[in-house]
Amino acid sequence: MNWYSLIGVALFLLLAPAIGCLLSGIDRKITARMQRRVGPPVLQPYYDVRKLIEKDQLAVNKVVDYYVLCSFLFTIFAGCIFFAGGDLLIVVFTSTLADVFLVLAAYSCNSPYAQVGAQREIYQLMAYEPMLLLTMIGFYLAKGSYQMWDILTGSGVALWPMLGLFFGFLFILTIKFRKSPFDLSTSEHAHQDIVKGLTTEFSGKTLAVFEVSHWFETVLLLGVVFLFFANGTLWSYILGLIFAFLSFFLEIIIDNSFARMKWQVVLKSSWAVAAVLGLINIALLLWVL
Amino acid sequence: MTYLTKSPWILHYDGSSCNGCDIEVLASLTPVYDIERFGIINTGDPKQADILLITGSVNAQSISVVKQLYDQMPGPKVVIAVGICACTGGVFRHCYNVLGGVDKAIPVDVYVPGCAARPEAIIDGVVKGLAILAEKEKAEKEGKGKAATAAPPAAEAKP
Repeated sequence: MNWYSLIGVALFLLLAPAIGCLLSGIDRKITARMQRRVGPPVLQPYYDVRKLIEKDQLAVNKVVDYYVLCSFLFTIFAGCIFFAGGDLLIVVFTSTLADVFLVLAAYSCNSPYAQVGAQREIYQLMAYEPMLLLTMIGFYLAKGSYQMWDILTGSGVALWPMLGLFFGFLFILTIKFRKSPFDLSTSEHAHQDIVKGLTTEFSGKTLAVFEVSHWFETVLLLGVVFLFFANGTLWSYILGLIFAFLSFFLEIIIDNSFARMKWQVVLKSSWAVAAVLGLINIALLLWVL
Repeated sequence: MTYLTKSPWILHYDGSSCNGCDIEVLASLTPVYDIERFGIINTGDPKQADILLITGSVNAQSISVVKQLYDQMPGPKVVIAVGICACTGGVFRHCYNVLGGVDKAIPVDVYVPGCAARPEAIIDGVVKGLAILAEKEKAEKEGKGKAATAAPPAAEAKP
């Protein structure tokens, strides 16, 4: 632990909810403008969460809140390790654990919609996990370390040797952000085939915790995008920030231009992307570059 | 200051309407009316909803569903009856299976008349419902405050 890792953790804990909330609000505003609507205020996600905290609590059983809280804490933990400059593999495993707790929360409810949502979340987990892991291995091969701090300050931009992995990561980012065409498990807004899927039985404060943990997760994932551009200079950091925001904007465009796909398509396409872009890129890193 | 009025999520249920009012409810989501600019989301989940918006009269088949949806919603909540059928039963009030307006099943806070109710009227009804939502939240908070300070909890009639 160094002073910079402490500052990283402190900044993450303080700023991530605010940035995540604003990004979510900007997302809804841009989505509305793309549909030629005025759209809600940018602070709407904040109002939503405050309202959810005010509402009465309806708990279907004793463990749902506990599981959702575990998911929340592990998401924050993963983010803290990342922004402390820690091990990227632990970040991946911890954030996966957070997702598994969400699945457990949904499975603990009797609602068939929650059960279907949980199943779809597992498919999504299977879909994005290989690519996520390959990305981190790529960072190791390209920059010689799994430590986020070494990658951040090490010389050479990771983007060029990892170009395939970068596009693969952008692909699974759609799944992680729960965006169309891959918003299978939670059925955002107008898609209500399984009511609210995974979150059907979450209400009031539980749903608020779920939303806030999604804000943290958004910042963590955009942090990984940022890492592709970092090479220790200030310019690379500014470029990283710009591209992190651009990738978020790209996800909004994708969200608004695609219909929902079946889970088979999600699983096959993301494994195909992981196999083609991911493995070939890894092979190149291992034997050619 | 309550955030309830800034992010009311609506649960829309069709009791047994001719779909005229349903189309108008959906029309208020379109770019012309865009109710999302008030933070309103049309959700399908009663457990995450604040406003129950019912179109059509209540009949023998749908009364149990209406009651269950109402019970599944966490308080504070508001019920809005949209269209003349939901208010009184409308032209279907003498049908053998129609019980009447939504207030035959659950307490209704706002009545929006019309056949079909115009999107402007629906939005107006929802905004009126928001004021009632804020009042309910206030009453609930004061009720909790009283319950915490008063020594023996007095027997209160449930609203």
